[in-house]
Amino acid sequence: MTSDNDRRRGLLARLRERPAARSRGRRRLGAAVRLFAALMLAGGAYTVFAPGAQAQDNPPLTGAAAEGKALFDVSCITCHGRNAQGVEGRGPSLIGVGAASVEFQVSSGRMPLARQEAQAHRKPPLFTDEQTRQLAQYIQELGGGPMVPEGDNLHEDANIASGGELFRINCSQCHAFGGGGGALSSGKFAPSLRPATDRQIYAAMLSGPQNMPVFGDNQLRPEQKADIIAYIQETLKHDQDPGGFNLGRYGPSTEGLAIFLVGIVALVFASLWIAGKS
Amino acid sequence: MKRRKFDLAATPGKAAVGVDDRFQVATPLRRLLNKVFPDHWSFLLGEIALFSFVVLLLTGVFLTFFFEPAMTEVVYDGSYAPLQGTPMSAAYASSLDISFDVRGGLVMRQMHHWSALLFMAAIVVHMLRVFFTGAFRKPRETNWIIGSLLFWVGFLAGFTGYSLPDDGLSGTGLRIASAIMLSIPVIGSWLTSSIFGGEFPGTIIISRFFIAHVLLIPALLVALISVHLGLVFKQKHTQWPGPGRTNANVVGERFFPRYAIKQGGFFMVVFGVIALMGGLFQINPIWLFGPYEAWVVSAASQPDWYVMFLDGSTRLMPAWEIPIPIGDGYVIPPLFWPTVVLPGILVGLSTMYPFLEARHLKDRKSHNLLQRPRDVPARTAVGAMAVSFYVVLTLSGANDVIADKFQISLNAMTWAGRIGLLAVPPLAYYITYRLCLGLQQHDREVLAHGVETGIIRRLPDGRFVEVHQPLSSANGHADGHGELEYVGWVVPKKMNRLGALGPAVRGFFYPIEKPVEAPVSPGHPPVEARPEREEIGSGESRR
Repeated sequence: MTSDNDRRRGLLARLRERPAARSRGRRRLGAAVRLFAALMLAGGAYTVFAPGAQAQDNPPLTGAAAEGKALFDVSCITCHGRNAQGVEGRGPSLIGVGAASVEFQVSSGRMPLARQEAQAHRKPPLFTDEQTRQLAQYIQELGGGPMVPEGDNLHEDANIASGGELFRINCSQCHAFGGGGGALSSGKFAPSLRPATDRQIYAAMLSGPQNMPVFGDNQLRPEQKADIIAYIQETLKHDQDPGGFNLGRYGPSTEGLAIFLVGIVALVFASLWIAGKS
Repeated sequence: MKRRKFDLAATPGKAAVGVDDRFQVATPLRRLLNKVFPDHWSFLLGEIALFSFVVLLLTGVFLTFFFEPAMTEVVYDGSYAPLQGTPMSAAYASSLDISFDVRGGLVMRQMHHWSALLFMAAIVVHMLRVFFTGAFRKPRETNWIIGSLLFWVGFLAGFTGYSLPDDGLSGTGLRIASAIMLSIPVIGSWLTSSIFGGEFPGTIIISRFFIAHVLLIPALLVALISVHLGLVFKQKHTQWPGPGRTNANVVGERFFPRYAIKQGGFFMVVFGVIALMGGLFQINPIWLFGPYEAWVVSAASQPDWYVMFLDGSTRLMPAWEIPIPIGDGYVIPPLFWPTVVLPGILVGLSTMYPFLEARHLKDRKSHNLLQRPRDVPARTAVGAMAVSFYVVLTLSGANDVIADKFQISLNAMTWAGRIGLLAVPPLAYYITYRLCLGLQQHDREVLAHGVETGIIRRLPDGRFVEVHQPLSSANGHADGHGELEYVGWVVPKKMNRLGALGPAVRGFFYPIEKPVEAPVSPGHPPVEARPEREEIGSGESRR
């Protein structure tokens, strides 16, 4: 009856016309269908417009940085996490540390870390210079941060005397007057400066690795940094020790040891010899 | 012209007669030159201190010709390039000139510093010899007190000298010294400002320390050393007990000529060792420390070794402040205890020790014979305790260098020092006491039974016994053993060293005579070398 009439009158007419007396069951079913359709619509729209898991809102990595990311995903990701965001209790986030920090840590062999301890030790580097640059480029492009200027010799035309004064004021508290390093609390230490290159010293001042404070360009201007590097490289490393064997430049501790081990021992033997000649 | 006959051999005699005719010195000189000194190597340790003091005076006089004790600011323009153009005090600039521009200046400076370290080291080693052999007992307590004062006056001489170049390290030391003086309750601030002429560092301290270092303290040292040596002459030197040596005589060599010649030679040796160290080992590279500025402190800033125990005690002291609510409130800083009270106690204990021991032992006799350390276990153990206390403090004074170079946590070093300071001395006392008793017991055993020969004999009933070589011929005992009395001197412990206390084979570093070949017993034919035999194997390894 009604169904035959509906078929004949067409779809529009059927929609326009309110069905006279639908049962409560049918009304409820219709509401559920509408709700489902609305939800589908909203969800679909969201799926289309919202950024997906693979979405990129920063520009794609350059070639070197992509290479660096590949290295990162193999060697660093365990501790520094996906996208260098850090892993709680293992490694810090690297967002914003800059290429300077990567260059210092990786080129001096401190990273990758041998084990978790008070402080990383200098080791033979695991990555080549090329790879280090790629890693640094990747971290730089991820979050920005300080960068070491170009070139291997960063102390050309620098003033050694002013560098010495700056060194004694800023560096010798921890690295000692001879640059041999010194102890800090709880197993931490300021390392020896003897193996450090120009770029590493510059990077360390810029990035403040481990317990070192950051010496930004507003604390030590770039030319002052160059002066300090010149003092370390030209004076501390090439000092001829005019007084003879420098006893490790550890100050009066080794001098006290030497007077007993050399002076007193030699003279006790001499007195044994002289007293034996009777 | 008449040829005058000149007899060279008679000249000294003639000259001596001439001197005696005019001054009549033969009688007192004879007494002096015939003074007998006992000969033992350990009696020469004090001479090391005396001779290094002579070197100190010689090199020190050289340095005063070039040193300028003033704190006026100058700009350096000497030949050490890395400091050119740096403003600094005149004292530091002249120290740099001594090091780089005065011919032989650096080696003189280094010899001066090394001989200062050697002076203090020899004083301590000599003091240990005197202590452990009981040479400080009546009648020589005064000389012991003078000796301990010499250590503290030498300490002051060293500290003032360390401060003079006005480099970064010595300025840091001065800063600490001013802090120590400031920590003394009530008088601290007055004391500091009167010494420094106001607030640290002021402008006067270097000139004041210079006068103290080149005039007052050396004069005091010379006076104390003269009295020290005069008392050795007057009271005569102690000697080891031995054949013919008693409490009432001195057995040894005459002062002149043999002893004096040997001492002259020994002076040359000491001078040579100091010169070698001054030429070979760099000490106190002031050009690396830079001029002193109040804001410059280097890591590994240590005092010289004889002051390091105070640095150590400061590092180990917990930060206990004692507030005293009088008036506006008053605080005794923790620095006061390790750097003022502790040295005070050490001075008191060390100078008074002879009287403390005599009182404890109720010993009022005079002693001219030395004691072997093992025969007085309590004193030896107390000495070991004092030495270990000092060593723990000294090592703690260098604990940052040790922590850094041996990769130990600095906090662990500090706690090890704190615990070690309390635990090691009693342990040293106990171990030393037991060692002394053990050595005594072995001496008595050898005296009772003879020297161990290493020959094991099997008795008919199956027991094994070691054959002992008796020290004396059989007297009374049925088994051929005669018990000897201990006379306080070395007991022979090895075969073939009986009768003579010296080594059987003469020579110092290498034998100057061939040892006698071992006698072949007629009952045993000489042992021949093992004949060559092929090793028994599978035969495959040969291929």
